Amino acid sequence: MIEVHEIAKRYGDKVAVDGLTFTVQAGAVTGFLGPNGAGKSTTMRMIVGLDAPTSGTATVNGRPYSDFRAPLHEVGALLEARAIHTGRSGYNHLRALALTHGIPMSRVTEVLKLVGLEDVARKRVGSFSLGMGQRLGIASALLGDPETVILDEPINGLDPEGIRWVRNLLKSLAREGRTVFLSSHMMSEMALTAERLVVIGRGRLIADTTVDDFVRQASIGAAVLVRTPDATRLREQLLTAGASVSSDEPGVLEVHGVTSEQIGAVAHAAGVTLYELTPQEVSLEDAFMSTTNQAIEYQAETTDEEDVELIA
Amino acid sequence: MSAINASPARDSRAGRNLGVTQFRVLRSEWAKLWSLRSTRWSIAVAFIAMAVIGVIVSAVNMSRWQSMTPFDRLHYDALDLSLSGVDFAQLAIGVLGVLVITNEYSTGMIRSSFMAVPRRLQVLWAKVGVFGAVTFVLILIGAFIAFFVSAPIVHAHVPLSISQPHAVRAVVGLALVMAVLAVFCVALGALIRNTAGGIATFAGVFFVLPGIIEILGTSIHNSISPYLPSSAAATLYTAQSAAGDHSLSPWGGFALFCGYTLVMLAASAYLLRKRDA
Repeated sequence: MIEVHEIAKRYGDKVAVDGLTFTVQAGAVTGFLGPNGAGKSTTMRMIVGLDAPTSGTATVNGRPYSDFRAPLHEVGALLEARAIHTGRSGYNHLRALALTHGIPMSRVTEVLKLVGLEDVARKRVGSFSLGMGQRLGIASALLGDPETVILDEPINGLDPEGIRWVRNLLKSLAREGRTVFLSSHMMSEMALTAERLVVIGRGRLIADTTVDDFVRQASIGAAVLVRTPDATRLREQLLTAGASVSSDEPGVLEVHGVTSEQIGAVAHAAGVTLYELTPQEVSLEDAFMSTTNQAIEYQAETTDEEDVELIA
Repeated sequence: MSAINASPARDSRAGRNLGVTQFRVLRSEWAKLWSLRSTRWSIAVAFIAMAVIGVIVSAVNMSRWQSMTPFDRLHYDALDLSLSGVDFAQLAIGVLGVLVITNEYSTGMIRSSFMAVPRRLQVLWAKVGVFGAVTFVLILIGAFIAFFVSAPIVHAHVPLSISQPHAVRAVVGLALVMAVLAVFCVALGALIRNTAGGIATFAGVFFVLPGIIEILGTSIHNSISPYLPSSAAATLYTAQSAAGDHSLSPWGGFALFCGYTLVMLAASAYLLRKRDA
């Protein structure tokens, strides 16, 4: 479990993270979303003790990272910038890390096999593709068989097969009861991988919820698609009922402002036949875009420090 | 492919002595040092320069012995010249000492290192310990090779023996000074964190500064020069005869150099803990 409490990071005048509080539970994949510069990477660096927070605390399983005597067994992290010397082979990179904890070399071989790098393990990391570098970073994160895994953009540069592999890996880690915290800009992938979400913008919390709730919340007020042979009459009735209606093709209405239940009732009362009545659920990407845009505009407009209530 | 073979590793961990120890960090730094081509080359260059250059200098001087002036012959310092590889070795060790830590900053490796070892000073002590010890052993061997190969070469004209005054002090002292220099430069690298800046600072302090002080005039030169890190370091391995009147005593100079190094080390340790990686 990762607990971040009122954490803030300032670089001079610039505020990167601004009083962030959230909890990442064990046993689920938690996605960490936010636009570029929202403070995701800084937050992750503070969790693993690389950056010191200006104020607030971050703990993993109740303890600050620097307290761990065997941190690689507690937390495995892949940070966005590749933290690997390019002149070393993948094997020697992992070996140097393993030696600090007395992890046997058999485990190094094991994780290299796990990420599919056993054939190139003796090659210099400088010759690796972006995807291979990511795989080695994931191998480093898993080296100590940690209870908590933190991955910053792990699927950058991976091919479709690699992306699916990471997805299954993270899900199975979570099934084993581990804490998995993952940031990514690939919304479609996040929708498939994560169950929970922490969404931030400009260093502040926007949402701490499940993926389903996040999407449902953003879907409120979304259009309902209606297909009917009697579009003109239904349109009139719906406008009378207070809906706004648009239409791109004959016989198909896009209805805003009323629920599908209300549309059904209106149609029934008017004796209009319906072929289709579909609430349009927004994608995670749409939900993310609308939620973060609102939040960021709201934050930009307000100078009030107490606007954290905005959280969905 | 099963995602992660978790349980066996978790079970086997239970009984073993887990976690980071200073000794384990030392082993890790040892492995890091030798697993890079650039470090292996730099260490080889330092060693070969130390062992070979003095021999070449001695041989060349002996071959032109007949054309040397009587004054030059009288003041020929066979011990000092047999160890003339030290300047080159010093350059290689200084550059490598800086690189040992700045290359981790430039590649991002330092983040992996500090995530594995959150008590960052353990990393600093391990780097200093490993690189200092490697330098001491290799330069000691190199200096002895240079000395014992040069001795028979110069023997016809100048006696050079390990039993003569200052000889052991110069040879062993040279290795000691280079080991302390190694520590100095690792600390410098940790302080500056940037390869170009670190190497420039090292070269500036050890190779440029003495020249600048020299052109400032005799009185300034005499009062400042002995206290420069480079001169303080050199007192231990230069025979007393070669040193000027204004030099510090051999061990006094060495103590001063150790003092500079301790200050560097303390400053870098303080900042290493304080700064974000």
